[in-house]
Amino acid sequence: MKYVDEYRNKEIAQKILRQVKSLSKKKINLMEVCGTHTVNIFRNGIKKMLPTNINLISGPGCPVCVTPIRYIDEIIALSRESDFIITTFGDMIKVPGSTSTLEKEKANGSDIRIVYSTLDALEVARNNPSKKIVFMGVGFETTSPTIASAVLKAQKDEINNFTVLSVAKIISPAMKTLLDGKEVNIDGFICPGHVSAIIGSKPYNFITTQYKVPCVICGFEPLDILQSIYMLVKQIEDGRAEVEIQYERVVKPEGNKIALDKIKEVFKVVNSDWRGIGNIPLSGLEIKDKYGKFSARKFEVEIEETKESRGCRCGEVLRGVITPHECPLFRGVCTPENPQGACMVSTEGTCAAYYKYN
Amino acid sequence: MCLAIPGKVKKIFDNHTAEIEIGGIVKNASLDLIDHVKEGDYVLLHAGFAIEVIDQKEALEIFRAWEGIID
Ligand code: SF4
Repeated sequence: MKYVDEYRNKEIAQKILRQVKSLSKKKINLMEVCGTHTVNIFRNGIKKMLPTNINLISGPGCPVCVTPIRYIDEIIALSRESDFIITTFGDMIKVPGSTSTLEKEKANGSDIRIVYSTLDALEVARNNPSKKIVFMGVGFETTSPTIASAVLKAQKDEINNFTVLSVAKIISPAMKTLLDGKEVNIDGFICPGHVSAIIGSKPYNFITTQYKVPCVICGFEPLDILQSIYMLVKQIEDGRAEVEIQYERVVKPEGNKIALDKIKEVFKVVNSDWRGIGNIPLSGLEIKDKYGKFSARKFEVEIEETKESRGCRCGEVLRGVITPHECPLFRGVCTPENPQGACMVSTEGTCAAYYKYN
Repeated sequence: MCLAIPGKVKKIFDNHTAEIEIGGIVKNASLDLIDHVKEGDYVLLHAGFAIEVIDQKEALEIFRAWEGIID
């Protein structure tokens, strides 16, 4: 078992698809919340395999896409200061701010470094003691424990020039906001597998109890996705709404306690702005005052006036209200080479997935 | 961004890190977020951290569930 190819078995995929077909003729809208699911659904042609009554809608689960413009502008402002080094995951470097991107700032001489892990950012801090290092703390609960872990390590090793500008996000409040907004009819959620490896299944319980919408925590290979769709359709046909775990080889109901403890130790839960959605109560993670010296919020810097890109409809795409085809800029003006919105920049953005695979 | 890839734990070091093999390439990763791991296990690797150990028994469930079905 290598836990990859086995889950691409065509025969089993056909069996699952036949069962899905015979199970329901109803029109069913399922939202895949996570951007990694969106990409894998397209890459494997899953949308086209499904019977026409089953419609998959992409949700807000791409951390790059939901990061507000003002945050990008703030990082850009910091990068222009002489004694700063910005460290970031590669996905963020092309995201348009109001008037610039980190990529452009880098070309203009700012010290911006792409890292693979928060621990690499910590190394940059260790090796540059006279500089102030800012790590772009973007991500959902899969990533936030790795940020927490780096902060705790900085504290332990006394790497006091390491800071994080956190916009880390919690996914379940965004799902609540979509349900309350009622702009799209969601009959079931394909829940993010790797976020759930950390948080477990309990944070989704309110969705099944209060909103009666079934949830299935799903793995990332084609058979995982097909089986999760089957499980959701089955719940809908049975009239049940439960949180089920398809990705049992990884996700436990209680999640990963060590990771959760680290998140709790380092972060406090705050209200947070989501690009295209707005402010969502208790949906963000900010560094606790106790670790304040590792928070880049302590730096005061003038941030330019926020300018949203004209005509970009990322917000509606993120809320599942429109598909990228309905955006007039899609393909003609907005391409991965010349992205107008974050949904086209990130490889996990819905617009980028539609562009590449449709 | 929540991408995590399965890899095999080759060697565990004292400082809570490990060598992990993914498709023939060996990478170093932190074991800070898990405690119940041994050499030979498969883990999910995300941004330089092992975030969970893959449960071998559960991993076979899907095949047990569908292989027997004749339709
Ligand atoms: S296609 Fe481009 S401009 Fe249109 S919504 Fe997507 S990212 Fe925005």
